[in-house]
Amino acid sequence: MENQPTSGGCGSGCGCHSDPGGQADATRRNLLKAAGVTLGAAAFAKAISPIVNWSRENLSVDEFLQQHYRELDKEQLAAVMKRLEQDAKKNYGADVTISDHRPQKGVKFGYALNLSVCIGCRRCAEACHHENNHDRATNNSYIRVLEMQKGSMDIEHGNAHYDHPVPHPDKFYMPVQCQQCDNPPCVDVCPVEATWKEDDGIVVVDYNWCIGCRYCEAACPYHARRFNWTKPVIPKAEINPKQSYLSNRIRPQGVMEKCTFCLHRTREGKMPACLEACPTGARVFGNLLDPDSEIRKVIDNKRVFVLKEELGTRPSFFYFFDE
Amino acid sequence: MNSTITNAENPHDAKFHATSYLKFLRLAFRLATEGTWTFYVWMFVLSCVFLVGAHAWATQVAQGMIVTAMTDHVSWGLYIANFTFLVGLAAGGVMMVIPAYIYHDNDMHDTVIIGELLAIASIVMCLMFVVADLGRPDRFWHMMPFIGKFNWPISMLTWDVIVLNGYLLLNLHICGYMLYKRFLGETPDRRWYVPFVFLSIAWAISIHTVTAFLYCGLGGRPFWNTALMAPRFLTSAFVAGPAFIIVVLQLIRRMTQMKVGPGSIQTLVAIMRITILIDLLMLGSEVFTALYTGGAHSTAIRYLFFGHGDLNALVPWTWVSLAFMVTAAVLLMRPKVHEHLKVLDVACVLAFVGIWIEKGMGLIIPGFVPSTLHEWVEYIPSAAEWKIMAGIWAAGLIVYTLLLKVAIPVFTGNVSGRRAK
Repeated sequence: MENQPTSGGCGSGCGCHSDPGGQADATRRNLLKAAGVTLGAAAFAKAISPIVNWSRENLSVDEFLQQHYRELDKEQLAAVMKRLEQDAKKNYGADVTISDHRPQKGVKFGYALNLSVCIGCRRCAEACHHENNHDRATNNSYIRVLEMQKGSMDIEHGNAHYDHPVPHPDKFYMPVQCQQCDNPPCVDVCPVEATWKEDDGIVVVDYNWCIGCRYCEAACPYHARRFNWTKPVIPKAEINPKQSYLSNRIRPQGVMEKCTFCLHRTREGKMPACLEACPTGARVFGNLLDPDSEIRKVIDNKRVFVLKEELGTRPSFFYFFDE
Repeated sequence: MNSTITNAENPHDAKFHATSYLKFLRLAFRLATEGTWTFYVWMFVLSCVFLVGAHAWATQVAQGMIVTAMTDHVSWGLYIANFTFLVGLAAGGVMMVIPAYIYHDNDMHDTVIIGELLAIASIVMCLMFVVADLGRPDRFWHMMPFIGKFNWPISMLTWDVIVLNGYLLLNLHICGYMLYKRFLGETPDRRWYVPFVFLSIAWAISIHTVTAFLYCGLGGRPFWNTALMAPRFLTSAFVAGPAFIIVVLQLIRRMTQMKVGPGSIQTLVAIMRITILIDLLMLGSEVFTALYTGGAHSTAIRYLFFGHGDLNALVPWTWVSLAFMVTAAVLLMRPKVHEHLKVLDVACVLAFVGIWIEKGMGLIIPGFVPSTLHEWVEYIPSAAEWKIMAGIWAAGLIVYTLLLKVAIPVFTGNVSGRRAK
């Protein structure tokens, strides 16, 4: 690259300004360089214009500078939630209320599922879809129901894409959602602490802090996490207006989301939407710390198991069969 | 110009450096922007490819990562594949540093800066691929220590942020210091670079080890959950790095006045001959363990080599990679291959592409296929992903070209502050 024309050039072995008559040449070169740089900069600005337009429409200074959920005091969080309500109005035309539900003292949630009675109707998945304001275009849900081959408990022989009347006589059904692990790999791997385990056992995501690296999605052994590949599409009329900051508010584009055991319901003493939708009563939900709760009765009296126990994730989600 | 610049015996004060360093930067700028027509055409083409990539990335940020072919099942793709490979390329440069500084190989010592500059360009590309993979690059600051929330030490990704940026700074310091001293016409003070060089050797190992730990620490992904991953990463890096540098050294010998002694290429070939065989041995070991045992842990490897029913998107990649690697290994065994440059170059290109597939598509994608719930969803990169990938490679080559363009004349003493008086 150094065997260049000697006119005014440097690097061909000569000193820089030793070339007689190189002065005019150098000026001409500098002009050409300036023109090149200007053209290049203009082309670059044009190339990245979609980002400029996107940030003008979708990114306010307040949102850009917003602190982590756990760093916000009461007023700051109230202001953030107010802004998010306005965003929902602006982007979806819907009047929504966004609240902040905190864990209750003395509560640790657990979930159990009776595989003997689950018929694989997937109404739980559908209820989740509506309750949690999921993207309509992808028909997203936090629950996947696996149709399992009798004679095996191995997920390898499951199929999430069955399409025939249920229950099929040769199969049984195993719904899988976030297991709310006590040793959650997704929380460990997050580089920015955008996801964490709350005192009542629920693993949550601050959708406004997540950077969208999807490391948690790679780490989760249960396929419990979902990414917002684009801005969720939900018709105004179908939006569930009762929302919570850490759960079912409409998620921004480019961030992770996951099942929160419907914390906006369960922290108010209600049952999760998937449980209420279940026609067979296969689902049992409650406070693991309360010895009289139904979930404790299941764990104490049934032979329960957890998924992929060998991984040491310690799920709060249990499966069992009737005797 | 300032006459004190030649007065190397006097210790310099800050004022001296303030003026002479500016002169150094001015010279660097001029060297980086002037060249032959070949240089201008090369830079123009790279800039165009970069702009195409930049536009594709801007569109991805605006419309969302729906423009990629990634899904909730295969949630990492071409970007992380390239990232992983390029961490290796950055670490591979250390195969010049070790012979130069530990074994005092003189030819290598004269050319070691080529490897150090490659590390800089590779890390720049790595960081760009990480940013390209973020759903919310506007929240980049959340990852900065003290300003954002840095989940250190538990998240391996925070370790990667530290080691990659640390490696970048180390190499910037070493190269910058050496070049500035050359520019001043002075002998570099060993105290100001030798400790950093030795630190950078250990650091080079760390960047690829930590990057392997990103994947092999995930218990839910059996394909990745192998203790052999970090050693395999390093070995393949010590194939791909030397392969790239061997070709670059020949180009430099042809196009510049830099003295590239035969010793550098000979040493790099000697390294590659061993590392490529170890790499194949470790691959064989992994494949045997998985296939002979059978069961769920072998599913991904079976998919990688033989497909699953009608699903075989990775099968051609895998066999091409294996064929390239084996061919390269055989070619490298030719006696005195460093004197048969055509054979050597073919071997280097084959090894480089073979590792790129193995450490990219062949490593990242089968981690996700089948998914953790054993669903079978395949992944074939979208046009947007190819464009962004090309753009980042173009940016990396621009950086590398410019760095060489400044470093070579300064290093060969063709230009310096001393001469410019």
